[in-house]
Amino acid sequence: MAFLVAHFTQIVFYVLALLAVLGGIGVVTFKNPVHSALSLLGTFLMVAGLFVLRHAEFLAAVQVLVYAGGIMVLFLFVIMLVNVKKLQPEAVFLSAQAPMAVLAGVLVGALVAFGLLAGKLAAAGGVPAALQTVDGKVLGNTEAVGWLLYRQYLVPFEVVSVVLLVAMVGAIVFGLKSASLDRGEGRAER
Amino acid sequence: MAGPLEPLFDVEEMELSFGPQHPATHGVLRVQLRLDGEKIMDAKPIIGYLHRGTEKLFERESFNQCIPHTDRLDYIAAPTNNEGFVLAAEKLLGITVPPRASYIRMILAELGRISSHVLWLATHAIDLGAITPFFYTFRERERILDLFEEYCGARLTLNAMRVGGLPYDLPDGWVERCSELIDSLPKYFDEYETLLTENRIWKKRTIGIGVISAEEAIDYGLTGPPLRGSGVRWDIRKVFPYDRYDEVEFEIPIGENGDTYDRYLVRMEEMRQSVRIIRQCLDRLPDGPVMAKVPKVLRAQEGIVYASVEAPKGELGYMFVTTAKSTQPYRCHIRPPSFINLQALPAMVEGHLVADLVAVIGTLDIVLGEIDR
Amino acid sequence: MWAEILVIVIKVVVVSSVLLTLVPIMVWVERRGAAMIQDRLGPNRVGPFGLLQPIVDAVKLITKEDLTPSGVKGVDRLLYLLAPSIALVVAISVFIAVPFGFDPGLKLFGHAIDGFIVAPNLNLGILYIFAIASLGVYSVVLAGWASNNKYSLMGGIRASAQMVSYELAMTISVVGVLMVSGSFGLQDVVLHQSGTWFGFIPRWNVFPQIIGAITFIVAAFAETNRLPFDLVEAEAELVVGYHTEYSSMRFAAFFMSEYVNMVTASSLIVILFFGGWTLPGFATPAGWLGALVSIGIFAVKVAFFLWFFVWVRWTLPRFRFDQLMALGWKTMIPLAVLNFLLVGAGMALRNL
Repeated sequence: MAFLVAHFTQIVFYVLALLAVLGGIGVVTFKNPVHSALSLLGTFLMVAGLFVLRHAEFLAAVQVLVYAGGIMVLFLFVIMLVNVKKLQPEAVFLSAQAPMAVLAGVLVGALVAFGLLAGKLAAAGGVPAALQTVDGKVLGNTEAVGWLLYRQYLVPFEVVSVVLLVAMVGAIVFGLKSASLDRGEGRAER
Repeated sequence: MAGPLEPLFDVEEMELSFGPQHPATHGVLRVQLRLDGEKIMDAKPIIGYLHRGTEKLFERESFNQCIPHTDRLDYIAAPTNNEGFVLAAEKLLGITVPPRASYIRMILAELGRISSHVLWLATHAIDLGAITPFFYTFRERERILDLFEEYCGARLTLNAMRVGGLPYDLPDGWVERCSELIDSLPKYFDEYETLLTENRIWKKRTIGIGVISAEEAIDYGLTGPPLRGSGVRWDIRKVFPYDRYDEVEFEIPIGENGDTYDRYLVRMEEMRQSVRIIRQCLDRLPDGPVMAKVPKVLRAQEGIVYASVEAPKGELGYMFVTTAKSTQPYRCHIRPPSFINLQALPAMVEGHLVADLVAVIGTLDIVLGEIDR
Repeated sequence: MWAEILVIVIKVVVVSSVLLTLVPIMVWVERRGAAMIQDRLGPNRVGPFGLLQPIVDAVKLITKEDLTPSGVKGVDRLLYLLAPSIALVVAISVFIAVPFGFDPGLKLFGHAIDGFIVAPNLNLGILYIFAIASLGVYSVVLAGWASNNKYSLMGGIRASAQMVSYELAMTISVVGVLMVSGSFGLQDVVLHQSGTWFGFIPRWNVFPQIIGAITFIVAAFAETNRLPFDLVEAEAELVVGYHTEYSSMRFAAFFMSEYVNMVTASSLIVILFFGGWTLPGFATPAGWLGALVSIGIFAVKVAFFLWFFVWVRWTLPRFRFDQLMALGWKTMIPLAVLNFLLVGAGMALRNL
């Protein structure tokens, strides 16, 4: 009992982390796309839990609101709309992408390991440093995020939003193009 | 990558059996749909779930015994079914109906038209999500059915006409009660229109939906409001007047665009015109017998005869082929308006959404009783 | 510590039981209200004015057989059984961030009640509500998917698109209110609306932000799947959409969650745009009396909007799906953005 109370945060962390990883494995192993999407949803919710654990309530809420409540629902919408039954068994695209996927995995792993070693991501108890602003006042979560986003990282933030806008416009243009063409031609066009 | 990519997923169009048990198919209609998302790629009506062999039955029974079967064709509006049958039989047998009987038949037929149209409005509105008109229209329909009940004892399957006239004269006070009812009806029609006619959602759901041009409508053989909604002024009551329709004044409303909204307006106006006809009939209702002198056993001579009436749904016709001295037709064919109007359904819904299918089925105002016969 | 826990437990129990008690009352109001609108009597046999009708309905639902459609097995069966629970859990847990009365510093068992709100220290406030409420769509989508029925599936598809779209409009239309109040906490939002302009116009957000109020109310109708936006159920097209296959208490769970969502939506409309428990020219008395009066004022305002939900349902026809999406994306979202731009401009001008 005493152990549970003393290590409460750690236990919750490991449970959430384990479930998040299991969800991630589920995404790639489930045969049925709806089940995959749902296990991705589970991962998102667990990550939101991890954010709460790190006192990043704003991020947690946004994670649930945007990823779980928005993006995943749209995934499900598309999967159900086109009535996807099962993935094609041969899955040609996987083999072509495999080397790149391994490379990307190694790179991301290296990045995380570097971060951990450098102490950048190391846990700091109490109020995270990000919440203390220039005048030393401890702000709420939302203010802290806003402060960082619109002061320190304003330029990257704006660049990212323009990139997203370009991606969105591009997607719409492609969508319109293939919709105006005959189905078979649209496919060949890609 | 060169060459067309293989599709990543098994993507299929959805096949959907819309009916035969579905709240919006107005009976046991089944529509086999091929859907791309919610878009209708192909719609195929499948009928026959209510087939009772009515035409065959007519070959086995004497003319007056057939009349109860006609009630069950368009069971929403029985008077016009009776009327069409007795008109055809009278034409075959060369019987002239007394004027009083003709007028009472017209009153019953127009009351039947109103009761059919209010029921159409009720179901059409509820299909498009407006629930309240349903209860308003049923309030008035009940009062019309009360009048039927008072006249012949039945509310739905009236069996109210006979070859040569009518089985009964009107009961005492019926004319006054009918007069009172029809005076109050236009006020109620305004009430329905308040809820719907200028409602923006209603307009969005009906304007430009299920459009059919005048040429197409004629090619499909549409009759009744679906034809008039496309702007064709065609009404059996005017072009081939039967009973005493040539003695009363009324207008034939027509639409312009042939869409669901125009057909809605046409039917709303038809109800007002029906009230006008009933008013005139009541005012000049002649005295006299309601039954012509006809022999006990009706025997036809050899021939082919076709007679049709303007039923609420369109042209309802009966064709008899008879042999000499027969007491029943050798062959009977019924031309049910719903059956022919339904043929336009695939053309009217293609490319629309599932929700529009419901609107189009509603606007065609089909009754499966007469489609399947 | 125990007093604190006790106070929280009492709050949770009171709020959830009030919410669930409101369901039968709303069912009665809906049925009798519909009857009034439709020129008929409505249920009037069970108890005075048919007041006990919802209880009889509940008994009927409980005693009905709970069916699972054939062909729903394995993971899908789990999802099928889970979906109604998600609906109800989400509907009720949203309410813990909703303040429903004024607290003049009352104490219970020596512990401050800390406002009539279950979770007063949740500094996310409205954000929490939106986050949890956005999960409510999963109950519909999963029910639609797991029912192994094409109509249900189409209901689920419609739900996913509809709810995501209107969530955007809803969230953006609230931004103006939050900017003015400078807080996510709904208590602060209410306090900011007390008092009057020029002595007679209440300082309710609805007056300066009428566009935001309208978009929020419309989005609330869409989020609660009520007519004219009940395309997810759409009786005439999709039979009843996602809950076609559900029976017994599982159906009742969906049914109850719809009404709880209505209560939450009405409460949010009142808090965000109609001044919560404040009344212009009325100073809330101190002590328990003040608390009760403020809860009463709040309840009356919420009751009006609940009636509004009923009223609209029995008056309007239903939109078509593409029209609903067009309305959401092409009208509601631009209007909501316009609202928050106007509010921002107003605030900037005042600070000049």
